[in-house]
Amino acid sequence: MYTNNHYPQDQDFRQALSGRYRTATIWQGLFLSALLIAIISLTALIYNVVDGAFGYVAFDYKKDPAEFTSTPLTELTQDELIIILKDNLSSGAYKKLENEKPMQKRSQAELYTLFLERLVQLDTKETWSMTNSLMNSEKIKAEVAEKYPTATLEFRSWLTPQFLVTPMSSKAEFAGVRTAVLGSLWLVGIAILFSLPIGTGAAIYLQEYAPKNWLTGIIQTNINNLAGVPSIVYGMLGLAIFVRVMEPLTSGALFGVTDSNGRTVLSAGLTMGVLVLPLIIINAQEAIKAVPDSLRQAAYGVGATRWQAVWYHVLPNALPGILTGSILALSRALGETAPLIVVGASTFISLDPQSPFSKFTALPIQIYQWTTRAQSEFHAIAAGAIVVLLVLLLTLNATAVLLRNRFQRRW
Amino acid sequence: MKEETLNLKTLETQSFRQFDLKKKRRTGESIIQTLLFLAGILSIFVTIAIVYELGKEAMLFFNDPDVTLGKFFGTTKWQPGIGQYGIWALVSATLVTSFIAILISLPLGLASAIYLSEYASFKARSILKPILEILAGIPTVVYGYFALLFITPILKSIIGEQLQVYNMLSAGIVMGIMILPLISSMSEDALSAVPRSLREAAYAMGATKVETSLQVVLPAALSGIGAALIIGISRAVGETMIVAVAAGSGPNFSFNPLDAAETMTGHIARISGGDLSYNSIDYTSLFAIALMLFLLTLVLNLISQWIVNRFRERYE
Repeated sequence: MYTNNHYPQDQDFRQALSGRYRTATIWQGLFLSALLIAIISLTALIYNVVDGAFGYVAFDYKKDPAEFTSTPLTELTQDELIIILKDNLSSGAYKKLENEKPMQKRSQAELYTLFLERLVQLDTKETWSMTNSLMNSEKIKAEVAEKYPTATLEFRSWLTPQFLVTPMSSKAEFAGVRTAVLGSLWLVGIAILFSLPIGTGAAIYLQEYAPKNWLTGIIQTNINNLAGVPSIVYGMLGLAIFVRVMEPLTSGALFGVTDSNGRTVLSAGLTMGVLVLPLIIINAQEAIKAVPDSLRQAAYGVGATRWQAVWYHVLPNALPGILTGSILALSRALGETAPLIVVGASTFISLDPQSPFSKFTALPIQIYQWTTRAQSEFHAIAAGAIVVLLVLLLTLNATAVLLRNRFQRRW
Repeated sequence: MKEETLNLKTLETQSFRQFDLKKKRRTGESIIQTLLFLAGILSIFVTIAIVYELGKEAMLFFNDPDVTLGKFFGTTKWQPGIGQYGIWALVSATLVTSFIAILISLPLGLASAIYLSEYASFKARSILKPILEILAGIPTVVYGYFALLFITPILKSIIGEQLQVYNMLSAGIVMGIMILPLISSMSEDALSAVPRSLREAAYAMGATKVETSLQVVLPAALSGIGAALIIGISRAVGETMIVAVAAGSGPNFSFNPLDAAETMTGHIARISGGDLSYNSIDYTSLFAIALMLFLLTLVLNLISQWIVNRFRERYE
């Protein structure tokens, strides 16, 4: 006989059920809040960066501008500035500047920067973040008036067009990211020249040619593992191989360059190339895998050789995928910092990289340098540099997404 | 008549070329294949180069008469320049920051994976997933800035003066946020791989959605989640810039997250950033640390891959 004793009675069951539903809602809320925390973190991060890149700055001149000119500072013309600089700088310093770039060719803004930097010696006392500046504007004004009676308070954007085209400077007010951006572009360019052909070749080999044997298995496992090796280990590899062992090549000594050691943009670019190689191989493999077998069979059917099938049919169809993967790998290379520190990025250079054998700095290196400085004006330009880096990354990734959507075919 | 037939015969032989069915030697093809093979095998050489170079310099370090394994693993002060070789001073900070990072990223990553895989509508997913991907794409040095100039001040206002300016807590928390997308996406893959039939069986028994997710789907995906956890640990151990910026500079044997301390990676970054003369004990000691890092992450990655491969076979 079947008895119902083992099962809860209708009323108990309903009570338990409402409890279970309550638990369900709570858990669902918890799951969702985890995602919300991630979103809040991202928002906070972006807010924090933008917040740092703008804001009040209190600055003072070490020398009174009136000593040099009677015209108001904002109305100085190019010629007037040149005369002022010539009159007041020591002739040696003036010649040095003239040698770097002739005065007549410098723009008014550049000359004005020189005037502020060299003659009146602008001196930043304190900076405030954007939110703080907007919310406590009156308080800051009162504080500045009390603490630095002679100082001027100004709302400043640290991220200006000028910031993008000015080279490094030891003073945050006059520093820019030009050298760093150029260095990053060199690095990424060398990395992709090295890793795209080799990575695509390796992917073609593994997908199209490799027999199913132990060696192929090892190569595949090895590539997956390399993708997980910490980037700083690649930096150590680059230091040992590219900087030391291959010094004659990477310093350019073989090509007649005499004034450098192995810590060049070439060494760093090759290190980056090795670092992104596994990523490019894995992405290219996925792209090649997605090309349907029928295409290959059709090619073989009309008498194509293996390479003809790959070159004329598989590769053209896999190309958008390979390029998308490469762009993503590039954006990884653009943001990597640790290997560059190890390989030996210069902490201070103001000359643009001219050749693969130049010393270099890069955008993330500058961000690191400026973030670790104690003065708050350096934090402000670090924030500015981060905005530049993030915009570059966003552009790269958007290109990758567009490329994927535009050319990707579903089979 | 006779002539005509003869003509026909010659025509026949002419129109059908003799085929040689032996494999043709095509030099071009072989060269290309060899080049592709070399590209494929290069990755092996990269690994060999890593092991060889790190190993060579690390041997120089361990062969120094002053360095003994007893000192290396048995003491807690690290200052190779003055004869202190206790690796624990660096390992402790790596352990603390990684532990905090996992403490943050595992529950959050897992919960968001469950939400994305079990609850979110198609439209919600298409908005939420890219946000996680953006989080994953932010360079680590930017996270370092965030840790030092945003999280640390907030923590300071909560905890107070015991918190040092550079501290392992804020570095660990931000590292957790950095690893979250990785754990989330790997766990989500594992959860989505659980067959629908298991969920439907649970619903048929009257289970609610949460009961299905937590008591049926989650256990079934546990090995994949384990793999995600291990990869997460490996990433945390190898992470450099966040700790280099925010955790402090100077080896410090301490398990107190409020203290400043230097991790293995942070130490390599700081020392190699300065001018370092080759063959000095400082130089070779960095390679010893890097070798330990490499072996540690290698083992973690291998375990994780092994788990993923085993797990994939289960439902196919």
